[in-house]
Formats: sequence, structure tokens, C-alpha cells
Amino acid sequence: MSAPTMDAPHSAALDAAENGASQLITVTLRIRRFNPEEHPDPVWVDYQLLMDPKERVLDALNKVKWEQDGTLTYRRSCAHGICGSDAMRINGRNRLACKTLLKDVNPEKPITIEAIKGLTVLKDLVVDMDPFFQAYKDVMPFLITKGNEPTRERLQSAEDRERFDDTTKCILCAACTSSCPVFWNDGQYFGPAAIVNAHRFIFDSRDEGAEQRLEILNDREGVWRCRTTFNCSEACPRGIEVTKAIQEVKRALVTRRF
Amino acid sequence: MQIHQYDTVIVGAGGAGMRAAIESTKRSRTAVLTKLYPTRSHTGAAQGGMCAALANVEEDNWEWHTFDTVKGGDYLVDQDAAEIMCKEAIDAVLDLEKMGLPFSRTEAGRIDQRRFGGHTRNHGEAAVRRSCYAADRTGHMILQTLFQNCVKEGVEFFNEFYVLDLLLNEGKTAGVVAYELATGEIHVFQAKAVVFASGGTGKFYKVTSNAHTLTGDGQALVYRRGLPLEDMEFFQFHPTGIWRMGILLTEGARGEGGILRNKDGERFMERYAPVMKDLASRDVCSRAIYTEIREGRGCGPDGDHVYLDLTHLPPEQLDAKLPDITEFARTYLGIEPYTDPIPIQPTAHYAMGGIPTNVEGEVLRNNTDIVPGLYAAGEVACVSVHGANRLGTNSLLDINVFGRRAGIAAADYANKADFVPLPANPAEKVQALVDGLRESAGTESVAQIRKELQETMDVNAMVYRTGATLKQAREDIAALRERYKNVAIQDKGFRYNTDLLEAVELGNLLDLAEVLVVSALAREESRGGHFREDFPTRDDVKFMQHTMAYQEVAEDGTTSIRLDYKPVVTTRYQPMERKY
Repeated sequence: MSAPTMDAPHSAALDAAENGASQLITVTLRIRRFNPEEHPDPVWVDYQLLMDPKERVLDALNKVKWEQDGTLTYRRSCAHGICGSDAMRINGRNRLACKTLLKDVNPEKPITIEAIKGLTVLKDLVVDMDPFFQAYKDVMPFLITKGNEPTRERLQSAEDRERFDDTTKCILCAACTSSCPVFWNDGQYFGPAAIVNAHRFIFDSRDEGAEQRLEILNDREGVWRCRTTFNCSEACPRGIEVTKAIQEVKRALVTRRF
Repeated sequence: MQIHQYDTVIVGAGGAGMRAAIESTKRSRTAVLTKLYPTRSHTGAAQGGMCAALANVEEDNWEWHTFDTVKGGDYLVDQDAAEIMCKEAIDAVLDLEKMGLPFSRTEAGRIDQRRFGGHTRNHGEAAVRRSCYAADRTGHMILQTLFQNCVKEGVEFFNEFYVLDLLLNEGKTAGVVAYELATGEIHVFQAKAVVFASGGTGKFYKVTSNAHTLTGDGQALVYRRGLPLEDMEFFQFHPTGIWRMGILLTEGARGEGGILRNKDGERFMERYAPVMKDLASRDVCSRAIYTEIREGRGCGPDGDHVYLDLTHLPPEQLDAKLPDITEFARTYLGIEPYTDPIPIQPTAHYAMGGIPTNVEGEVLRNNTDIVPGLYAAGEVACVSVHGANRLGTNSLLDINVFGRRAGIAAADYANKADFVPLPANPAEKVQALVDGLRESAGTESVAQIRKELQETMDVNAMVYRTGATLKQAREDIAALRERYKNVAIQDKGFRYNTDLLEAVELGNLLDLAEVLVVSALAREESRGGHFREDFPTRDDVKFMQHTMAYQEVAEDGTTSIRLDYKPVVTTRYQPMERKY
């Protein structure tokens, strides 16, 4: 009655995963604290914790907040890389705290954690997200269609659907935008995330608003500000090829083909 | 304190809240108050799909979907509501497509559909391809698409505004009171209609697929205003959470052909559900997994989990259909799902119960009467379309169908009604709550109490329950509630005081856990997600009815729970033995 047993023997990776907690290690989180209610300047504070290296950086932050210092402030929600709340600079690189395991950020040395750059820090790791969302809204991030709606769904080939798949993955965490040197120096620049979301519609075969969006991105603060440093692609926790998407929008502006 | 006035106020900006907002903004002056930025909501974590009998890939119809929903809910579903949901499912999917949702497509360019647990052809004959999906990111796409359309419609959001109280005046809705996280300021929103769409409450369990923020805020504050909570004992445990972490791995993985296996490599679901096997409903699969574990056939050194095996599926199929969950396995477990099976265990996932509503989303204050101007939709609500056990994908359907209905109904009501005067000192209760926590000189820690709550719930009120375990949980919760009175926070500030909010959220979790346990203790039968080992069969004579739990406040301020029952609406399906 029952199906045969699995062919593959246990891999070393599976054995490691199933063998419960690893040896706990002492981890130092070096966090850039800032609370203007208390003090006008930011200050670096070290916290020492006993952690399983397979745990997330977010688990370590929670442990600080719950067991050592309840004033430590950061945003978090889903804790597995889907909601986009907890983008922060970890060892100088933008990452999601919930998608970064301690063992992957060299836990033998102090792990530095600070707010993402280019957006105003409001308290500790919390930044003002409004400018980020404003840039997103400015690119008209919604399907624009003309004419009568079909009764059933609009048809779209699997190939046409695949054309913009990569940019549908965006979770608006701002890791890309806040890793961009142009954005740091020029707060007016739309930034990679807004362009990614424009790309998602420009290359959607159902959409008829590409010309309008391209005009918006042709602005002096638009796609031409991108200097292809690839920081954004490296920062994206969803693996979106952000720089490539921006290049495709640039090309569409030149060729008017999309 | 600031006072605002809107026709309609929506509390929560997940799928249900934003679906409601799209409708109500077109019809009335609407504000959406949300404790998170809209796209942070846990709708985004849903993966596998949204069922609708589109019949794009094989024969299907909404009546079969209705039957599956009723049977899946172990006949505790209100059948009139299920019928509406399954009928309107088709338009709900088509509406999302027209809003821009990038569904996965068939060869012919139509919305593709796949199999899902408990969804069958012709009343249980075999699995049917009914779930409309976008890879394993369907919830993410729904959340993004709804947010995009909120931007398009100019929906007005108050982000990081945490609603802490509902204002009623002579039984009618007057507004809500909110705490602004950025500043610590208290805001009163006077409104003709209020829609609660604030999501679930899974954080009273330790191993859960739920976000940190799912703390039952809406349920708790409505309950404290004397309104009932329905069927709170029915909590769903999703069969496939990542072992120990609880992170969801979609049922779509089994819809694509994934298999549950025990330590002997046996496909054990064949023994528990000969027809549907791995695609039996979630309660059935979760109990089967725990039975395997208890009988010594669990995997790993402690035998405390089983495997989700995808290794026989082509890597291209995993990449195209299940990209996110395979990445979770790589990220969090360090294994390669092309070649390794994934260690899983059931994870606390979804509250079938909640704030009782009728099919227009109007909140009930007892078995028959509504609270004028008050609406609820989504996981916070109980319509009841999920009964004792929700079918996979029906939550995304619920938020779209009943979110839309509640948004329309609330706006229509607001356009006809007058503002109800605010009660005197409307923010008094919230101010006292916030001040009390900020100024407390107590000695108890929020994190410690929460941890102990989660531990007792995991041990005593999980997949298998008995009178004894539930009594233990009740005692533990009572002790924790006592200790909570002496809780203190470290952050005394006004700016982004998340320490304070965690304390408030814990208070909500404690109240709701107590309701769950007391309701479960009284239900001396087994039905759907509620399995009593001391009463292992379904008892339709005594218990084919909804639990209605009310908070009673004595003169000295002590609270207790009063249970009442509400008949189930049965239209075309009489209860039968449930087999898969």
C-alpha cells in the first residue's frame, strides 16, 4: 500500500538541519542607537548575547529588546522575508534582518547594525518611509488600460507573463533604494524601487500606460541618474535584478519598445 | 488629543481592509488606520492560491466548491455564506486580474489553476484544479495589487496608527480611538461606519506561521466592549510549517505533487485519507502528522517532525511553481529541496473564529441583532464560511469577497446615517491604558509572560486537546493574566514606543487565549480543527452550533466569560461522516 522509501540518503546538510541547536556562541551586536527624545546624537552600543548561529539577526534583535533593553526600536512583522519591514544595514550591507542568519555575517566579530541610509532616521533603526513610498506612487504603480473590459480575464501568454516576473517580486523594503549612492546624495531621485515597480507595469502586456510612465522616468530625477553601481541588485533580498530592470527601462525610453 | 471625522473608518490594511477601502473610498470619505504600512500585512505571506470555480483547466462549478467548503468546515459552516463566497469567487478572481494581478497562466493564456487540499470534483470524487495562483506568491501579489489600486483610487491611509478602542454610544457605532506610533499622540476618529479588518491572532502560539504583529487587536477590543466572539476554539494548524520555526510551506507544494513521509519514507497519508491522500484537509493532515510522531515514526534525532518530500519533482517545476518556499528551505534550513526532503511540523496558522458578522459584514451583538455601523471582514471576522476548519485558499477568497462586501455595505450605511455623538471623554480608556503601562512600577516582563503563554498554548491547546490539558491551559492563562497586571516596560518615551505596543498586544493575546481555551473546554466533541481526545467524535445533536463568548464584568471589575450558542445555517447539505 505504501509508496517506496525515499531513494536519496540523508545529505550532510539535512543531518545538520535536523540536529537541533548548534553550539551556542556569544555574539556581539553593535547597534547604532538614536533617540532624539533622549539625546541629539546617535551612539553605538554593544550588546552581548548567547545565540545559536543558525538563528536570524532579527532573533538577536528580539533577544536584546526582550531581555536586555526594551527601548531598542525597529520594525518587523512576518520574520521570513516577505513583508519588507526590517531592512537595515548589517555589517555595512543592506539586508533584511529576518533573512540573514548570524552564521552568515561573521559572528565571531561584532555585527554592526544601523538604519538604512538616505532616509531620515526617526529612532534607532526606524526611518521615515514616506519619501520612499511617494516615489513609488509617482510612477503610477497600477495597471492602466483603455477601452472596454473583457467579461472574463484578459489573456496573457505564459511568455508575456514571464517578461515582467522578476519585478513582481518587490516587497517595497527599500533595501535597494537606500543602498544607492545617487539616492544618498540626491533625495529627489526616484530610486531603484520606484523604477522596478514602473518596470513591472511597462513590460506587462496588459498595460497601456507605459508611455506615461516612461515620460515620468525621463525626468532629470528619473532613470538617467542611475550610474549602474549594482548596489541595488546586491541589496535586493528578493534576488531581483534591479540594475537590469533599470537598464531595460532606459532602453525602452530610447527605443520606445517594450 | 486630535479629533478627526470620516464617514467610514477601516481598521487594518491587509487584504480585507484594502479590498474594503477600494470600495468605500469610491462611495464615502474613508480613512484607513493601520498599525503597519499596508504592504507589511500578513496577507502577503499567503502562498498557494485563491480558489474559484473558473473551470479554466477542467470541469468545475461553484456548487462543488460550496460543498467542499461546508465539508471542509465539518458542517459548522453557515451554508448561505459559503454559497455566496463560492459563487462570488469567480468575479473576485476576475476583478483581481483586471486590477492587474499577475496570475500564472495556462498555455492558452488563461489564469492557471492547481490542486489544493480538500478541493474536489463532484462532491469528493477526486482532487480538482481550482486554485488560481501566481507561483507561490499569491498573497504577495494580492496585497501588492490591492495596494496599487488603493494608490490609484487615492485611499487615505494613516500608517502606524494603532487602534486601541471602539467607541459605541447607545449601542451604535461612534468611532475608534487610535495611538499614533510615531508621536505617542492619541487620536479620536469619529465615524458613521467602522470596518474591522485587523487580521488574526496566532501569536499566542509558539510555533506559528503568523507574523509578530498578529495579536488579535480587533477581536480583543470589540470583545472588551461587550460584543461576542464566535467559534474561537477553532484554530487551524497548517500541516507544513518549517520544523521549529513554523514558517509556512504552502499546501500548493502538495498540490504540485509533494508527498508527506515519515521516518521510514512511507507516504503515510495513504492510511489516513485513501482518496485525497496528501491533499486531505488541513486538520486531517495535521492530526496524521502528530499521530505518526506520537507512534514513533517521526524523523530526526528526537522523532519530532516529518518530511515534505519534493525531491521527485523536476527542478524546473519547483523553480517555476514553488520558488519562494524552496528558497525558505535553503535560507532557514540550509538544505537543497531538489535533493533533500524538508523537515516540517504543523504550525498554528489561522483563526476560523472571530467577530461574528452576517453576509454583509455587519457585526452581530448577539445571535440575531447587529451593531449599527459596525462591520468586520477577513480573519478578524467569523461569517462563518470556514466553520470548524478552513480549506486552503479560502482565506484569500474570504478577504476579497467579504472585504468588498463590507466596504460597500459600510459606505452605503455611512451615506444614509448621521454621526453618532462621541461619548464624553472618548479617549479616557485608552489614555488610562497607555499611561498605566508607561508609568507602571511593576516587575513582570512582557516577553516572559508572552513566552509562557505560548508554551502553555503549544502544549495544551494545540492539535490534540483533552479536558485536562485545556484546564491546565486555563489555569496557566489565569495566572499569567494576574501577573500581567504587574507588567512594566522600559521605554517610557513617546516616539515609536514599540515596547509599549508589545505590552498592549500581550494583553490582547491573553484575553483571546482565555476565550479560546474556555470555548474549547465547553465543546465536548471533536470537529474540524478542534480535536478532543476525551470526546473523539463529532456530536451533531449537542454541538452543531456556533460558540458565542461574551466578556462579563462584575461590579468589582473582575471579568469572566459567558458562553452561548448560535444555530448553524444549513441550506442544502446535511451533515455526513467526513472522509477524504
